[in-house]
Amino acid sequence: MLGRPATETQITHGRRLWLYALGGLVLFFLVLPSLIVVPLSFSDTRFLQFPPPAYSTRWYEAYFGSREWRQATWISFAAAFLTTVLSTGLGTLAAYSLHTMSGRAPRVIYAFFMMPLIVPAILVAIGTFLLYAQLGLNNTMTGIVLAHSTMAIPLVVITVASGLKSYDMNQEMVARSLGASRPRAFLTVTLPQIRIPVVTAALLAFITSLDEVTISLFVAGGDYATMTKRMFNALRDEIDPTIAAISTLLVALSVALLAASQFASRGEKR
Amino acid sequence: MTAATAQGPNAAELRADARRERLVLGALAAPGLLLIGVVALAPIAWLFWLSVRKGDSYTLEHYARLLHSSYAYSLQTTFELTFLVTAICALLGYPLAYLIAQARQRTAAILLLFVLFPVWTSLLVRCYAWLVLLQRRGLVNTWLADAGLIDLPLRLVHNFTGTTIGMVHIMLPFMVLPLYATMRAIDRDYVRAAANLGATPSQAFRHVYVPLSLPGLAAGIIIVFILCLGFYVTPALLGGGRVMTWSMQIERNVTYHSDWGAASALGVVLLAMALAIFWAVGRVIGFNRILGGR
Repeated sequence: MLGRPATETQITHGRRLWLYALGGLVLFFLVLPSLIVVPLSFSDTRFLQFPPPAYSTRWYEAYFGSREWRQATWISFAAAFLTTVLSTGLGTLAAYSLHTMSGRAPRVIYAFFMMPLIVPAILVAIGTFLLYAQLGLNNTMTGIVLAHSTMAIPLVVITVASGLKSYDMNQEMVARSLGASRPRAFLTVTLPQIRIPVVTAALLAFITSLDEVTISLFVAGGDYATMTKRMFNALRDEIDPTIAAISTLLVALSVALLAASQFASRGEKR
Repeated sequence: MTAATAQGPNAAELRADARRERLVLGALAAPGLLLIGVVALAPIAWLFWLSVRKGDSYTLEHYARLLHSSYAYSLQTTFELTFLVTAICALLGYPLAYLIAQARQRTAAILLLFVLFPVWTSLLVRCYAWLVLLQRRGLVNTWLADAGLIDLPLRLVHNFTGTTIGMVHIMLPFMVLPLYATMRAIDRDYVRAAANLGATPSQAFRHVYVPLSLPGLAAGIIIVFILCLGFYVTPALLGGGRVMTWSMQIERNVTYHSDWGAASALGVVLLAMALAIFWAVGRVIGFNRILGGR
């Protein structure tokens, strides 16, 4: 095994062992730290000892028993859901629209859609805060959803646009020549065929909103404080193991969403 | 559109029809553009205006204040952090992407999951994990002490070191993913040809593979660099107040001093740097390659 060639250049596996070791260490570095929160969340003590001296579910009880955390969780999930609906809708329409255009226009518009990813989040955050102060949108669900959507739409456009690349628009032409209206052709012919990128985009939008910190710190407060805002403040002030319990639940959710996105793209290959 | 080139009495009508349809289709992008334009970008234009105003007159005073030593220091910190994190990500990300790109399809898919997992995991969860791991009595210090490598616990967090470690963890996937996409597309026959022509493995790698993978490396570097430059959350949490980045100065000026002039000037400078770097690299390797779009 070690003596066998590993690449076209006949270098052997044995001579590349260091490379495998380095790659393994980097993967280890990427994944393990996040998992440390799982054992910690079941600890019996306030102190962050590892391994925990005794196990309990008291931090989960503290989380579920706290009115503030429950409220923040509800706000975060409601915002994530509404952001997903809004940004997947607008982003898919935009990607479709760009796909039908020709010439320079689509590239310019595409670049505009990418701006929220390039502009530093702190700048969008204070700008949006300033705007919302005039409009009375700070600390409202509408404000949070609109702000999160500006962050999610670029990702939806990227994902759906790359899905449309392999889609043959002539199929829609055929449907229309057979009498279908444009919206009907889109809904019954195009959309079913790009459903996987659309679902992936929706999952991305959901996790983007749920995980958004910087803008939420400014525009989400009071009764509308998101989970991320409360977590950020808790982490900055005093670390309470309740955060470990919440983190464990969030990691479980991430795994589920990542699995869902993989499952969706697996379906595509078949 | 074949309709637009039709001849005969209906040609004008068909052309008008085609134009109308293009307008309707183009309009479908409008709601998304409007939302991004109004909520995210217009306020930034407003910040720009605030940065040159004092009372009722125009001034460059806010920019002049940026020359003050505390700002200069935080700008230096920001750049040190950004360069260091980008360099470490490139050094760790390149070999990993290379290995994944050479693995069989099925293995590569599994390895990629390891890279994607952190991306899908909450940023705050990862910061929390690093706070726990790196603290004075944290796991890393315990291990190092048990291994006999250190006598006193190292100061690993609430400082520059902790911020760097946390940032590398967050940025690494953004380096690996574009690198992987480029490396996967490299035609392996080129490397084989080099070997056939007598190149040693390291020559074939240096003279053939590396140049072909450079666009991916450039895309990864630019993404990581720009994200680092304006990053707020991780330095704020893992820096413990000892690391003051440019983005934290912006936050401070707004939250503690309500000094919109200074915050805006800081923001304009930050944005200008990010756009300049993006534009410069985009000119060289193509904007679409960076954004992975059309």
